[in-house]
Amino acid sequence: MPLDPSIKSVLVIGSGPIVIGQACEFDYSGTQACRVLRAEGIRVILVNSNPATIMTDPEFADATYIEPITSVIIEKIIALEKPDAVLATLGGQTALNAAIGLFEGGILDKYGVKLIGADIPAIQRGENRELFRGIVEKVGGESAKSVICHTMDEIFAAVVELNYPVVVRPSFTMGGLGSGIAFSEEELNQIAGAGLRHSPTSEVLLEESILGWKEYELEVMRDHKDNVVIVCTIENLDPMGTHTGDSITVAPAMTLTDVEYQKLRDLSIDIIREVGVATGGCNIQFAVNPENGRIIVIEMNPRVSRSSALASKATGFPIAKIATKLAIGYTLDEIQNDITKTTPASFEPTLDYVVVKVPRFAFEKFADADPRLTTTMKSVGEAMAIGRSFSEALMKALRSLERKEAIFGWPQISEQERANLLVAMKVPTEYRLQQVQKAMWAGASIEDVFAATKIDPWYLRQIQIINEQAFALTQLGELTAEKLREAKGNGFSDNQIATLRGLQEEDIRRERHHLGIRPVYKTVDTCAAEFEAFTPYHYSSYEEESEVKPRTTPAVIILGSGPNRIGQGIEFDYSCVHASFVLREAGFETIMVNCNPETVSTDYDTSNRLYFEPLTLEDVIEVVHAESLAGPVVGVITQLGGQTPLGLAAGLKAAGITILGTSPDAINLAEERGAFGNILKKQGLTAPEFGMAASQLEALTIAQRIGYPVLVRPSFVLGGRGMEIVYDDAALGGFITRATDITPDHPVLVDRFLDSAIEIDVDALFDGHELFLGGVMEHIEEAGIHSGDSACVLPSMTVTSAQLIEIRQATEKIARGVNVRGLINIQFAIADNVLYVLEANPRASRTVPFVSKATGVALAKAAARIAVGSTIAELRSDSLLPASGDAVAKGISVKEAVLPWNRFRRSDGRGVDAVLGPEMRSTGEVMGISPTFGESYAKSQIAAFGPLPKSGTVFISLADKDKESGIQAALGLQECGFRILATEGTAGFLNMHGVTCVTVRKNSEGSGPMGERTIVEIINSGDIDLVINTPVGRGTRQDGWAIRTASVQRSIPIITTTAGFSAAVEGIRFLQSNSLSIKSLQKWLD
Amino acid sequence: MAPAFLVLDDGRIFEGRSWGAPGRTFGEAVFQTGMTGYQETLTDPSYHKQIVVMTAPHIGNTGMNTQDNESSKIWVAGFVVRNPSSLTSNWRSENDLEAELISQNIVGIQGVDTRAITRHLRDRGAMRVGIFSNLELTREEMVVEVRKSPHMAGAYLVKDVSTPKTYVVPSVGKKKFVVAALDLGIKAATPRMLAQRGVEVHVMPHDSTFEEIQAVHPDGVFLSNGPGDPATMTETIELVRQVLGAQIPIFGICFGHQILGRALGFETYKLQFGHRGINQPVIDRNTQKVEITAHNHGFALKAPTDAQFTTVYGPGEVTHVCLNDGVVEGLQLLEGAAFSVQYHPEAAAGPHDAAYLFDRFIDLMGKKVKA
Repeated sequence: MPLDPSIKSVLVIGSGPIVIGQACEFDYSGTQACRVLRAEGIRVILVNSNPATIMTDPEFADATYIEPITSVIIEKIIALEKPDAVLATLGGQTALNAAIGLFEGGILDKYGVKLIGADIPAIQRGENRELFRGIVEKVGGESAKSVICHTMDEIFAAVVELNYPVVVRPSFTMGGLGSGIAFSEEELNQIAGAGLRHSPTSEVLLEESILGWKEYELEVMRDHKDNVVIVCTIENLDPMGTHTGDSITVAPAMTLTDVEYQKLRDLSIDIIREVGVATGGCNIQFAVNPENGRIIVIEMNPRVSRSSALASKATGFPIAKIATKLAIGYTLDEIQNDITKTTPASFEPTLDYVVVKVPRFAFEKFADADPRLTTTMKSVGEAMAIGRSFSEALMKALRSLERKEAIFGWPQISEQERANLLVAMKVPTEYRLQQVQKAMWAGASIEDVFAATKIDPWYLRQIQIINEQAFALTQLGELTAEKLREAKGNGFSDNQIATLRGLQEEDIRRERHHLGIRPVYKTVDTCAAEFEAFTPYHYSSYEEESEVKPRTTPAVIILGSGPNRIGQGIEFDYSCVHASFVLREAGFETIMVNCNPETVSTDYDTSNRLYFEPLTLEDVIEVVHAESLAGPVVGVITQLGGQTPLGLAAGLKAAGITILGTSPDAINLAEERGAFGNILKKQGLTAPEFGMAASQLEALTIAQRIGYPVLVRPSFVLGGRGMEIVYDDAALGGFITRATDITPDHPVLVDRFLDSAIEIDVDALFDGHELFLGGVMEHIEEAGIHSGDSACVLPSMTVTSAQLIEIRQATEKIARGVNVRGLINIQFAIADNVLYVLEANPRASRTVPFVSKATGVALAKAAARIAVGSTIAELRSDSLLPASGDAVAKGISVKEAVLPWNRFRRSDGRGVDAVLGPEMRSTGEVMGISPTFGESYAKSQIAAFGPLPKSGTVFISLADKDKESGIQAALGLQECGFRILATEGTAGFLNMHGVTCVTVRKNSEGSGPMGERTIVEIINSGDIDLVINTPVGRGTRQDGWAIRTASVQRSIPIITTTAGFSAAVEGIRFLQSNSLSIKSLQKWLD
Repeated sequence: MAPAFLVLDDGRIFEGRSWGAPGRTFGEAVFQTGMTGYQETLTDPSYHKQIVVMTAPHIGNTGMNTQDNESSKIWVAGFVVRNPSSLTSNWRSENDLEAELISQNIVGIQGVDTRAITRHLRDRGAMRVGIFSNLELTREEMVVEVRKSPHMAGAYLVKDVSTPKTYVVPSVGKKKFVVAALDLGIKAATPRMLAQRGVEVHVMPHDSTFEEIQAVHPDGVFLSNGPGDPATMTETIELVRQVLGAQIPIFGICFGHQILGRALGFETYKLQFGHRGINQPVIDRNTQKVEITAHNHGFALKAPTDAQFTTVYGPGEVTHVCLNDGVVEGLQLLEGAAFSVQYHPEAAAGPHDAAYLFDRFIDLMGKKVKA
């Protein structure tokens, strides 16, 4: 049956902010869904609180609601828009949980809206562990022995039967949140206790350990005629015990015979039928005992998942797109395979290449966090690579991570080190595979490493092959064409070969090019070349035949931003995608280079051509070369993908490649402090005093000169990596010793820190003549909190019009001084009525999508056009920019950052500190838009953290420096009717200033003589609705840490700055007297 | 490792390294797109005289075991892979793939651009090829050698692969039916599938007579898969007509399907590059359901797909069609008791979606017995 005629409008639920376990793969899937629905002439209504998504661009839906994804809000949207159906299987667990909420609240029934893609009973059969177990048993499969528990008593009773180690899995959480493996009673207490709290149904599953078994995931699709296909099989290199999101994974499966594979396939099909996923995709995970082939069904996700995005990119089979078509009535055989154009989607992709996905972590951002990988996902991003052999794909994937530690190296390793590595690798951590490789380089056998890690010997043999290749390269004698070709075929980069030969990367490249050894580009075509492919989705390999087709249209190459990481995520992909869209419209062919499988940029539909390649100088040079042979190349855009492509610009230019937009010299001018300081001086602009130190002594001298507090950081970083505010010599010395490898090549910046300044973020366009101001955002948290972690508001609230004029003038001077062609982001601070320039980045910033949503001006599109030569005047007449003036914010928009505290735990099992600082730690963002600041802020908080309380008890603890500035907000809370608790110092101060509060005991004071509870105990018992705690300093000695971690564990809203406190009070005031309004972005921008 | 050459009869040469047994071999080059199941492919008699190019880049990872063989030996004439595994990892593995190839004297080549070869065969069609290693021949000499080797069209190969005498595969559990299976290159999985359904299977030589078949009192006759050109199978086609005339239920697979088709009066033709893989979508035109199936055929049947057809044995219809290219994949007689499919419901290697066809055969025999 084709399109269901009863569906004329669909509400699509997005996945909200990027968090660990739920990243931009759901923008990819949601964007596909919106496109499919609109192409069918269906009216699309969308709700998603995440402004950095392509799907929330106004042209992707008929009515886009950038609103919190809650039942209350969605009901309002349904009441207003009256959709025929809700599609909730493409927005991750967030959307699925929202759909369950709508169903259970009777909202779907009330408005006569049907759920398409999956029905609630099917979702429950898939997600409820007990029901799912029953299904597995019914179809003849086996589950791990397990017991469902709802209380700690039940948990301890169950473990008697199951024995340690035991796996704990809370129900209805995403990314394995709250799950873990307990080896002892003490660990069980911690993990299971947290699991009960994380589960919305207070339910956890305890199960027998299958640690060390092989792990597989099958991506399955079913249509309403009961046709079922397996899209992809993914094998985890890391055996059971490491969350699949944190594992290195491989497609297709490498170590299964057909007999074993078909067993998994049969089980998958039987399970999807029995669960009753009517249409769409799901994934099913299996464990296989390597000793006897025993199969255990682990779990299923009855929706499109992170793995679906990976499987889509790995196979060329667009799961989300097809799931959407199935949801609106089509069957698999009625849908065409986009790539072959002649064959249907009712088939199973076959791969003639190997795909490797590697996770990217951010442990350096959470110094306290336990680095062990467990069943709770901790990675923040991933890179994927494709090759014609496992070694090629793996080596490409590792260099795609952009971490020097991830890339295999071959240093001298002592016997002792080898022994240490063999011990260390028993525990999975971020660089376990590198430990394996080094140990094997030092002579460890496959048997030794298998015993320590249970990684399948086949993979270990591949690592050994790579090491053998490295050894061959170290041997004296000429680097023959054959030797070089073989090394390249095994994935070695020019740089790795150079290191092994004691040469420079450029030497190897020159020699390689001289020998005519260049990669060819193969095509991802779903069918192993059985049919012709019409989609130029390429990957490199060192083989005979290249499949790059000639073209005549001038092409622009856009470099993406690589794996998501804290500080560089979806916002940059957004800008790259915009560039691709606008340049296609302008008549260019666009060529995207990126290695992040989660993104819209790596959808083969986004650009004319896609190269799934690492973003390193070598890999990009080769793509440019291949495309230059294929047809005219205008140049490469490096300013939209964040620091990754920007870092390549100078090297590309040196290789003779045209960089479009702001030149590498200009980039350097802005990034190099001395040069930038000269520009500011010349333009009469003020910067906080600073100095660049090449040694510890120099740093101390500078700090003493400019006066404490100072902000210190290594130069050339994004996301405030390694940045700290220090208040004295001792702290400065400590920081430098601990956190930097300070050398004249790697100097450290020492800036005067502007205490309690207002921070301003500006995004602007410059074409060489004219400046276009995109937005002036005011941070809600004061200076010192990383801009990526600070909430901000557009338009600014407290900046005077005279200051706005001054900001615009300063922006123009800097843009002109640096010689920007395209986007520039500048951070200013206003302290004591003086405007300071903190830093300028001549590239797309993290805030571009937010500003674009709030103002309706697509800044990244304009920047891309400027890069290819358009002027702002031309863009105004093309309606890409307003006819006159700067961008104007519609309504008041607040952006709030989302932080991953609940994901991390210290080695002792306790939470990591939830405090903001100059180092960015947030993974994503939300936006609230409304007519007033209070409402917008309230919306942003609801979307980011859950509801703000309208009544109840608040605990306040303010550091001395914050006490003054907290009075007004505390009075406000009192007026709002809250009961206020505080520890002694704060209570005394507040009482003195008219705020009645009850004194409670600090954690360090312990329980009182009459059994009076400490504040931590009170928080743990759930008697607190909001926590205000501004930190005195970092470290776990402080009471603050205990308070903050307890709040995070209990999911109680916590605010750690007085500015955030004031904003929260405004939000609460609004919520007490009003209900939240909704308005579509299209209406706002109208 | 010694250099080796894959030489195509149109003159294109791919240089790789010797793998498996050294020497020379000739055959029809075909590509196989399955990502699992190289062992089943190697031991499938239908690949007799064919040089198989595996599109999956890593081959041999799980070694070889005795349980997954589809016959007692490796049948492919040569084996072309990109990355053979130098280590075997599977709990059931008993031998290394290359060791097995060497012991059975199968010439292989590795380290070639298998995707380029596949694209070439796709665009130019299946063709004769040779693998040469350890030989002092010029490129021109190798091409000449390849061009001297026999073509697949017109090849009569059944005699090489069929059992010399009848053997019986007992039913699992109670015997419900007896089936005479004509071995045209039968895979082990087929009698196994039948036996699991209570069938005692008499696997009989390809040149068995109708009388010999009747002598086992079969409830049904099964026509197996096998190598070669169906147009050469005149004797077997005559035999099938006798079975049709006797109204004994027939089930044919692959080569057996082509022979049934020819017995009903249809022509067969050679496909450009054939279907060889385990991901092929076939639609059952009566239920409109799609099954993912294992294919291995270079020839196909020409039969009307737009309407029912009539034969001397009564009306019939095309029941299954490949959704990729519309090739006829199954047919049945509507009043008589014969049906066949071009693909492999016994899978091995491949998905089990089509296993229901064995049940259909059982039902057919059941009805016949009752009648």
